[in-house]
Amino acid sequence: MIDLLVIPLIKIVIVLTGVLITVMYLVLLERKVQAWVQVRLGPMRVGPHGVLQPIADVLKLFVKEDITPVRADKVVFTLAPIIVLVPAIIAFAVIPFGDQVSIFGKPVPLHIADLNVGLLYIVAVASIGIYGIILGGWSSNSKYPLLGALRASAQLISYEVAVTLTFVSVILVSGSLSMVDIVTAQKANGVWFAFVQPLALFIYFVGALAETNRSPFDLPEAEQELVAGFHTEYSGMRFALFFLAEYANMIVVSAVATTLFFGGWLRPFPSVAFLHFLDFVPTWIWFVVKTFLVLYLFLWIRATLPRYRYDQLMRLGWKVLIPLAIANIIVTAAVKVALSD
Amino acid sequence: MGQAIAFYTLAACILGFGVLVITAKNTVHSVMFLVVNFLFVAGLYVLLGAQFLAVIQVVVYAGGIVVLYLFVVMLVNLKRPPEAHQDRRRRGRLGVTCSLVVLAELVAIAAYKYVSPAAGLPPALPMGPDNVAQVGMLLYTDYLIPFELASMLLLVAMVGAIVLAKRDL
Repeated sequence: MIDLLVIPLIKIVIVLTGVLITVMYLVLLERKVQAWVQVRLGPMRVGPHGVLQPIADVLKLFVKEDITPVRADKVVFTLAPIIVLVPAIIAFAVIPFGDQVSIFGKPVPLHIADLNVGLLYIVAVASIGIYGIILGGWSSNSKYPLLGALRASAQLISYEVAVTLTFVSVILVSGSLSMVDIVTAQKANGVWFAFVQPLALFIYFVGALAETNRSPFDLPEAEQELVAGFHTEYSGMRFALFFLAEYANMIVVSAVATTLFFGGWLRPFPSVAFLHFLDFVPTWIWFVVKTFLVLYLFLWIRATLPRYRYDQLMRLGWKVLIPLAIANIIVTAAVKVALSD
Repeated sequence: MGQAIAFYTLAACILGFGVLVITAKNTVHSVMFLVVNFLFVAGLYVLLGAQFLAVIQVVVYAGGIVVLYLFVVMLVNLKRPPEAHQDRRRRGRLGVTCSLVVLAELVAIAAYKYVSPAAGLPPALPMGPDNVAQVGMLLYTDYLIPFELASMLLLVAMVGAIVLAKRDL
């Protein structure tokens, strides 16, 4: 009973609150990093160095007027932000945050579920999130949201292919679809898969930028052309849900990158013996640190690179990344067969 | 017992949303009901222990194909209800024909079961929790030719779509 219900429930509550708080502070971090890159100070007024700014932001979003356009499809308009947010959050169910720990002498694995199809589960969940964006744009019954939604869904569908193909080459190396097995395979392998599959890592990262609508691929919400893209008509709490989902998705793709390519909860150089003293750091701390380094890369790229044009985006996806990913799979499979003889 | 409750709940939801798909006035709502329907079908696969098929069901049907339906429905203006066919009794006749065919099928199945109760499907394979490898093994050994034929079919469809969309190659 305790193993079946109580422990998973406690884990879910911890992960959920952790994700929500991380999202709040990720927004602050983004504003701060942008400010530092642009030689500004960023938010400074609420709390010392603006550390309480997220709380003020959330309060503002709660009390703002929640407007539903008159000509909107009311039910779908309300459902769309929920359809975007729920997949972004349930994807955390299969992410292994750390190795097994023992609490009061009871072994507790630091993941909510270890599905034998964990990686595919993330693909499946991500593909459902697209509906929220399309429906949000459609139900607003207004031209900019519709254009933004069409752009977003075309972009997401295109880059989903490239990202999923990089998963295939990782699966070829690890021999398993389970997220936990992928991490243990890297431990057995001696090096992180980032060194075994550098091309897959590159394609995954570019694809992840596009999948999360991040700069330089933030065309679905290109302010200069589309006002705010698919969520133009949203305000107040419903807008906040879209916002929350976007940042939660960023955390998901960073956590997946950490798990697949950067050894998940493993410490750096997991096979080097004289670094064993690093084992005193709890495994989940390594995971969080690595995830935040990947997240920082997202913020850094946003502050550095200008936006792509739409045709450039499509050309990059279909004519460069997908062929490269397929070639990578063929080479990986050939090397695997050659080594197994 | 628990499995039976889960099965009948899922089956009732699948049927209910199936009815909603064809009765919804708004085409976009109808497509959304179809997505929910597919998600419940994925639940049915989980109940059978076929997690791989469940996830593939979500990726391919709920997440892939229906998104394209949604595109078509959103871009083609379907606000106007379709005009009624000139022959008013056509619908009734079609309905009666379809239900007679279904009735005949049901009677045939019942009769077949009565005549040879044990014959029919081969016994199900023992499915371990890790059935990804099992599915892959079957696809590349016993079912290799159907698998390759299906992939050829998809390739032909893909080439056809490109030829149709791009007239000057």
